[in-house]
Amino acid sequence: MPPLTATRPPAASAPPRRKNVPARRRPKPLPGDQRTILSPHQLGSRWGRRIYWLVLVSTVLLFTAVFVFPLYWMVTGAMKSGEEFARIPPTYVPSSFSLDGYRQAWRLMNLDRFLLNTLWYAAGAWAFTLVFDVAAAYALSKLRPVFGNAVLLGMLATLMIPPTVILLPAYLTVKDVPIVRLDLLNTPWAIWLPAVANGFNIFLLKRFFDAIPSALLEAAQVDGASPLRTLWSIVLPVSRPILGVVSIFTVVNVWRDFAWPLLVLQAPEKMTISVGIASLRANMPQTTMTAALVIASIPTIVVFFLFQRHIMAGLTAGGLKG
Amino acid sequence: MTVSRSRRPGPARTRPRLLGLAARRNLTAYGFLSGALICFAFFSWYPMAREVVLAFQKNNFVDPPEWVGLDNIRAVVQDPAFWPAWRNTAMFTLLALLCGYVVPFAIALVLNELRHARGYLRFVVYLPVMLPPAVSVLLFKWFYDPGPGLFNQLLALVHLPGLSWLDSRDTALISLVIVSTWMNLGTGTLIYLAALQTVPGELYEAAELDGAGTFRRIWHVTIPQTRLILLVMLLLQIIATMQVFIEPYLLTGGGPEDATLSVVYLMYQYAFNYQNFGGGSALGLMLMLVLIVFSAAYLRLSRDNT
Repeated sequence: MPPLTATRPPAASAPPRRKNVPARRRPKPLPGDQRTILSPHQLGSRWGRRIYWLVLVSTVLLFTAVFVFPLYWMVTGAMKSGEEFARIPPTYVPSSFSLDGYRQAWRLMNLDRFLLNTLWYAAGAWAFTLVFDVAAAYALSKLRPVFGNAVLLGMLATLMIPPTVILLPAYLTVKDVPIVRLDLLNTPWAIWLPAVANGFNIFLLKRFFDAIPSALLEAAQVDGASPLRTLWSIVLPVSRPILGVVSIFTVVNVWRDFAWPLLVLQAPEKMTISVGIASLRANMPQTTMTAALVIASIPTIVVFFLFQRHIMAGLTAGGLKG
Repeated sequence: MTVSRSRRPGPARTRPRLLGLAARRNLTAYGFLSGALICFAFFSWYPMAREVVLAFQKNNFVDPPEWVGLDNIRAVVQDPAFWPAWRNTAMFTLLALLCGYVVPFAIALVLNELRHARGYLRFVVYLPVMLPPAVSVLLFKWFYDPGPGLFNQLLALVHLPGLSWLDSRDTALISLVIVSTWMNLGTGTLIYLAALQTVPGELYEAAELDGAGTFRRIWHVTIPQTRLILLVMLLLQIIATMQVFIEPYLLTGGGPEDATLSVVYLMYQYAFNYQNFGGGSALGLMLMLVLIVFSAAYLRLSRDNT
């Protein structure tokens, strides 16, 4: 038996510490030999193992209760009839799994209109953000014009001022855009163009482009490639990870945003899904409302299922630095 | 290197250049920048300047605006709703920090120790973050219903009396904090989890050799090692929670009796209920100044340590 497992024993020479415990019940080592606060020694002891399993099972149960059960309650709540919905004490499993509530919500609340609107706003915001912010970050990182640093500073300074505090003047600007004198209220432009003005995107993209070796770009220039050609054929292909992060966050932000679309898209036929559902909250029965909430959350949940890895990676990349 | 040397001096182009090389490069660069520059100018920089101007103007957008000095600010401060709004915002921020700052770190500490079900737990804790906030808030509005709402039903299950949640001055604000924590918890948890995985294991081994128990290992190794992230997240969270709007807007309408009125919600009311953009901008300007202090601290921290 090793004296103290302070230093990791070589895997091959580690004898089973307790012969009567089946090997499969031992806590698996973390990937990459990650040592955490608790030592393998503590986790390996009889009490350590018991406490570990107790904590594991209670964490799984608690998390399921806190984070999954509300969603279960929402999905099944929308399947109940009005009478069953109001019953005290409630039924924990609906008496029939009927989709009528969902059909009614879809019909009564114009959800297809709201969903299509939101999709259109998100798609446009995505396209404009990718084109304009990538071009700008490329110019600031690789073409380095005069006053480039001042422009960069101005863009990053917007990170200090959250959009909420300039909500009113931004609304007035969209209502009557200076110089061109356009009223963008209730048009998709009110979502698309402000989405481009995102200092965080510029920061992420520029930082990524800065890490691309300049020799690579110079080689292309020597071969006679124009800056646009260089961006397209050399920079963009190696930037796919960061483009993915920026894309997902742009789309998800449009989908989640509430205060801004509440102000600039007030016409019922222009509303986003969040604002649309919220605007109908007073005159819909709660079952219908709940069904609408389920339908409204499906797209983002699907995106989460598909891009879970990217979202979590982008979150930590952004969270650490931005 | 040799290739570029041999090419550069002998200009291959025979076309006469209208502009110098540097000027052309700058022109190209600003061409690339133009789209983003226009968007930033119109929808970020101009509104910032306009907020300052509006705060000192009387403006009904029909007659020419009139400079009124500090009148807007004076009127807003004298509004009986002004101090409740700031007090509620400060209280909300404080409570949201207590729940939303300490709890995710504790969760991350536990998750980092677990060797099983890691994917499931991380997925589940981030699930509410992916719901649109309006959906989470409206969902909880139903849970808070004093009659058939989920929370009072669960209390009844363990034979506790029901609460009036959003309808009572005492519980309304904390009800908002609960929703807000539920829907935002996942972000902090995952960021802390990533930070915990960067702590070198040797440090724990050394601390263990020195006889440090579990809690002293957390206190003397984990927290100092993740200090930067903890500080950055503290500032980010203060900035985010001080802008609280959707929760009072959808759940309580600021009530009962101003108990959940927040600064941003008051700003919204000034503009869209009273048509007073001067007063609203004055409020926005005040909040902007407060948040700039925190933002500057945050940017400084993250720049010094990149």
